[in-house]
Amino acid sequence: MSAYRCPVCDYTYDERTGDAREGFPAGTAWAEVPDDWCCPDCGVREKVDFEPAG
Amino acid sequence: MTSATADHGTGETAAWRDGKRYAWLLGLVVPAIPFLAWGLVSATGLGAFWWLGPVIVFVLIPLIDVAVGSDAENPPDALIEWLEQDRYYRWVTYLYLPIQYAGLVLACWLWTTYPMTLVDGIGLAVSVGVVAGIGINTAHELGHKKEKHERWLSKVALAQSCYGHFFIEHNRGHHVRVATPEDPASSRFGETFWGFLPRSVLGSLRSAWALEKARFARQNRSPWTLHNDVLNAWAMSVVLFAGLTVAFGPAVLPYLAIQAVFGFSLLEVVNYLEHYGLLRQKTDSGRYERAAPRHSWNSNNVATNVFLYHLQRHSDHHANPTRRYQALRDFEQAPQLPAGYASMIVCAWIPPLWRKVMDKRVLAHYDGDVTLANINPRNRRKVLARHGAASEAHAAGSTVEGGAR
Repeated sequence: MSAYRCPVCDYTYDERTGDAREGFPAGTAWAEVPDDWCCPDCGVREKVDFEPAG
Repeated sequence: MTSATADHGTGETAAWRDGKRYAWLLGLVVPAIPFLAWGLVSATGLGAFWWLGPVIVFVLIPLIDVAVGSDAENPPDALIEWLEQDRYYRWVTYLYLPIQYAGLVLACWLWTTYPMTLVDGIGLAVSVGVVAGIGINTAHELGHKKEKHERWLSKVALAQSCYGHFFIEHNRGHHVRVATPEDPASSRFGETFWGFLPRSVLGSLRSAWALEKARFARQNRSPWTLHNDVLNAWAMSVVLFAGLTVAFGPAVLPYLAIQAVFGFSLLEVVNYLEHYGLLRQKTDSGRYERAAPRHSWNSNNVATNVFLYHLQRHSDHHANPTRRYQALRDFEQAPQLPAGYASMIVCAWIPPLWRKVMDKRVLAHYDGDVTLANINPRNRRKVLARHGAASEAHAAGSTVEGGAR
């Protein structure tokens, strides 16, 4: 299980916890997140821009 | 703590003070407008003071802008985080809300009990609309933040103008598509404000609904629930307007409608001038280039900046949408408006004046090449015919001169 971070605002998507509000229940793999999904906090970076976190 | 020291990594340490720290409190004059108008009318007997709101925003603030001038000072990079963490600044924005709603209740009481003519009543509605419209700016500042309570306060501030869907559309729609033809809230070269207004109002509404619908579709759920942020934000407006109608009677409803429409139109005219004609180009991958400082119109006029929480440092806002207002920076390379937003709003209402002032600035920004601008498709041929020849002539001229910018 890995996590991915938005390079602009540090929002982090963690595969373990997912993001239920965005429609990704806990355990949703990063690969299942649609490519055009954008950062829910800043809105100015998309999935492809995210960087692996720690 | 009002000042801090920054270590610039070179061993050099400089003290820095936020010159605007206490000036931000002046922003609270705006929600107090209904109280000020009531006081002035009572003291002088002059009904004209019910129109205080538009007079302050479209006459007084532009005059103060001219008198006080500009300020391009930026906080040192090393202090940005410290400045953002200072809670004083966020309390200044929270305070807008109780004053905003106290003023709305006062206005309802005045409309139904104070002896005033129809023109007086409309004047007060427009003044209250100014509070509602600038309240959208407060909601804008709050809605971009990660804290849950600030996002909730953002929706509360939007209830008065019935623009709760802005909270969704702005953050997840406008910021993603800014300065592209796909964005309903980015105005196009050759598009008048009056043509932009319905396009942005309806387009933003559709966009907000589509964004929430897509979010619920990912959860395999119907969007028809109060968990939908568009619906629960509108529900706040319904509760608010119903409560005021029960308390003061249906006579307040026409005035409430006027203030709401004036309020969101004020937001839309600000939308109009923030990105007029500016366009992000497509990269080889087919995606748009990232929003950069060159894709927003900025202004450093102090007075308007204080009243709009640095909204005019718009390029930095688009680069860092969650950054708090007190920490927004001026970018030298960002396109600059000839005056503050307050003056430019009046300009936008008069399309021939707007074209005269702004079209040459858009052309200069693109070195005379109008094809690089976000052109209104409705009159694209006309725009190209008018400016296309000029662009060729300019290109030839700049080759001779070396084309340096």
